[in-house]
Amino acid sequence: MTHTFSVNGYSIALDVFSGAVHVADKVSLEAIKLYETKSREEVTGLLLEQFPDEEGLSPASINELLDTLDSLKKAGKLYSSDDYIHNAPSKRSGGHVVKAMCLHVAHACNLACSYCFAGQGKYQGQAALMSLETGKKALDFLIAHSGKRRNLEVDFFGGEPLLNWDVVKGVVAYGRALEKKHNKVFRFTLTTNGVALNDEMIAYCNKEMHNVVLSLDGRREVHDRFRVDHQGKGSYDSIVPKFQELVKQRGETGYYIRGTYTRDNLDFLEDVKHMADLGFTQLSMEPVVSANDDPDALQDADLPKLYEQYEQLAVEMLKRKRRKRGFDFYHYNIDLEHGPCIHKRLSGCGSGTEYLAVTPQGDLYPCHQFVGDEEYKVGTLDRGIQNTALQDEFANNTLSAHPECKDCWAQLYCAGGCAANALHATGSIHGVYRFGCELFKKRIECALMLQAALQEDKEQSA
Amino acid sequence: MKIKTLETRDLKASMEQGGCGECQTSCGVANQPCEQEQE
Repeated sequence: MTHTFSVNGYSIALDVFSGAVHVADKVSLEAIKLYETKSREEVTGLLLEQFPDEEGLSPASINELLDTLDSLKKAGKLYSSDDYIHNAPSKRSGGHVVKAMCLHVAHACNLACSYCFAGQGKYQGQAALMSLETGKKALDFLIAHSGKRRNLEVDFFGGEPLLNWDVVKGVVAYGRALEKKHNKVFRFTLTTNGVALNDEMIAYCNKEMHNVVLSLDGRREVHDRFRVDHQGKGSYDSIVPKFQELVKQRGETGYYIRGTYTRDNLDFLEDVKHMADLGFTQLSMEPVVSANDDPDALQDADLPKLYEQYEQLAVEMLKRKRRKRGFDFYHYNIDLEHGPCIHKRLSGCGSGTEYLAVTPQGDLYPCHQFVGDEEYKVGTLDRGIQNTALQDEFANNTLSAHPECKDCWAQLYCAGGCAANALHATGSIHGVYRFGCELFKKRIECALMLQAALQEDKEQSA
Repeated sequence: MKIKTLETRDLKASMEQGGCGECQTSCGVANQPCEQEQE
């Protein structure tokens, strides 16, 4: 399967199952589209008819072009088949090795963001803080179930994890003491709204956290519309200087400024630019996760505007990179040469198997977005996985469990999508969140265009 | 007329080479660098 598209003047063909990416001119791209279904004579006639003013276009030059396509097909870089995927067992099935945990150290929050998927941090339950004992048990559970995996990930999440700061530090210290003994490496990460952040926390995070996710929605008026405290006061002025200080001390990597956009800021590019203008370079901006009847929920009618924003974002990034004032956007960070292997692309995010969320009480869920839905509780730290049927259902929720994805060109970039999004949109974790698919595909096209443009820049400056 | 092919990881070859599971948990799979490939 080959997907062809044009963004920002770049004509690109992605060969889905080999992963090859070809940058073409408009005539070549049209030839790539026609090649599989037309004879050489038909392709020649159609191209001459479609591009009558194209300089140098002749039956001979088209013949040469088609020879190139023959070679690429023979090399397995165009029109490649997915046979190899179906004929080999996945190395990642069976055993249910756990390698990552989301520790809900606080089901409480010092903000009351109305769009919060976690119900202002309490996940439809009572406010609660995780004890150090439970945090330690979680790390013991992770090590005991991690098999041969060496890199283990623990994200401090909430609610607001800084409301349980001593437990965060206690869990990190406990983890560091276990590393050598078990030949493991813990990558601790933390997601915060920044309100409680102080100098001691900044220094500690910059020493111990592999990555920090800092919540900021962009422009002051956008951020303060939703991200307010319990008295209704916006948090922008309080958090921005602290985030700037954290990043200044941390350096340019290992953090993301992470925003949420809603129907109220479909022009989210302005918010991304604002983040960059504040001096941040690692940026992420995500569509809101909310019920369809929520007035702030994104709708199909918004898609054209969002496509335009994503394309303009890619163009803006290119412009700034060329001026040596660039920034990275999470969804556009793809590494074509050293990206994920086919096993990762087929198995997805690992929710419910490799990845579990732990509540303050020590209950286990497939991921943070399922917490609070009792139907999706898979077990506890004390008793282990009890609902093995549910865990098996998640283990089998790989790309091949989504028949709707079979003919989609983006399947090896999204692996069937997010189970929680699918559940909320369709009532089943095996469903497909179509609105999310559309945004995802646009982002991948923009990311591939950026790769093509940056490669071109590199060649021109060499 | 021209076609330029970018350097990309051969996904078919990664069926044999990949699968170690040491890469970072996504939470798409597009944005995760491969641990083996980075070394």
